[in-house]
Amino acid sequence: MKDIADPDLDVSLTELIVCPHCDAVYRLKVPEMGEKAICQRCNAVLIAPRRKAGLKIIAISLATFFLILGAAFFPFLNIDAAGNKNSVSVIDAAFAFSSGPLLLLALATAGLILFVPLIRVVLTLYVLVPIVLDLPPARHAMDAFRFSEALRPWSMAEIFALGCAVALVKIADLATVGFGPAFWMFGGLVVLVVGQDSFMCRWSVWNSLEHPNKS
Amino acid sequence: MEFSGTSQQILSAREMGIVACTRCTKAWPMGTQTCARCGHKMVSRDFGSLQRVWAFWIMGLMCYVPANTYPMLQTRTLFQSDESTIVGGAVELAQHGAFGIAFIILLASVAIPLAKFWAIAFLAVSVKSRRATANHSRQIMYEVVEYIGRWSMIDIFVVAILSSLVQLNTLASINPGPASMFFALSVIFTMLSAQAFDSRMIWDEQAKDEDPS
Ligand SMILES: [Zn+2]
Ligand SMILES: [Zn+2]
Repeated sequence: MKDIADPDLDVSLTELIVCPHCDAVYRLKVPEMGEKAICQRCNAVLIAPRRKAGLKIIAISLATFFLILGAAFFPFLNIDAAGNKNSVSVIDAAFAFSSGPLLLLALATAGLILFVPLIRVVLTLYVLVPIVLDLPPARHAMDAFRFSEALRPWSMAEIFALGCAVALVKIADLATVGFGPAFWMFGGLVVLVVGQDSFMCRWSVWNSLEHPNKS
Repeated sequence: MEFSGTSQQILSAREMGIVACTRCTKAWPMGTQTCARCGHKMVSRDFGSLQRVWAFWIMGLMCYVPANTYPMLQTRTLFQSDESTIVGGAVELAQHGAFGIAFIILLASVAIPLAKFWAIAFLAVSVKSRRATANHSRQIMYEVVEYIGRWSMIDIFVVAILSSLVQLNTLASINPGPASMFFALSVIFTMLSAQAFDSRMIWDEQAKDEDPS
């Protein structure tokens, strides 16, 4: 953002944008598609519109939705040591903590790797589908999007995926470990989660929710 | 991109009598309490936030101690059963030659949590002191803490995967130890502590210095 707000000019507040990280004020100027407006003070990306971003995010969200469900119930790792076999799904892994107080940890784990990502996908679809179809925003779409944003740091599917790799190495000399179908689903899921974040311009979503028929 | 302007002229919303929504970036007159666009609660500076930062910080640290002294994993094989702490487990891996993984575990569950405690404390103290030093590095530090903090959860996920997978009847079994609970709580509390911190305060001293009046 180049246009630093001038304190002497009585600009209307609707023409301003304030960096949420450092409180710097700029005059709102929406960049071209594919360009970025970056905070000069702290380098945060303020606006980054992408062409057809809504459609891409919806497609990614739908794929994510089915991948999460698939990854949850299909086995994702199996083990074979001297004829003793075992295979586990992500749900099994979360509920490995199931004795006594560790049950809380099981719920937390299941939440961080399955439920939070799932809730975020549903909220994203709920908010974006009406926008992309040029319909009026869904009821409480703002609250839904705000909640989805608040959940963002608690969505940890990608961390779980790296955890699989670490676990594999840890038991490599103990047993033969094989990948189940859900392992690849989880791999794909990580790529999608990262991709969704790079397409999502939060400011554009807020703006279209505020002015439904202008975009 | 657009770094051309001189950062000297940048004004904070607080100085202009504006309060901004940290969720949706919209500006409102000072004193507005709820963002009329997205419904987020707004304060110009959350001074009470430092108390929450320290409260979560202390809880996180209190959980971090038992997370390291209690066993993280209980491994039972045919002939022996064995309990290992986080550091003990990493040392064992290094002895088996898996230096890479030992390094990742030490980094993720010892170095990063400790660095995070230090960084949050440093930031919380620095906004209270009158010296305005290196705002950019403090901002980067804050972003790194926020971004990297979540990754400490990897240890819990590894324990979950191992404990569910290695259940081989009499041959071998791995079960989670009490440290897993404390470690998870410690990560969650430090994440909450970092989220409670109002990063806009990092820039306030600089703004005051530039004010000629
Ligand atoms: Zn900024
Ligand atoms: Zn708002």
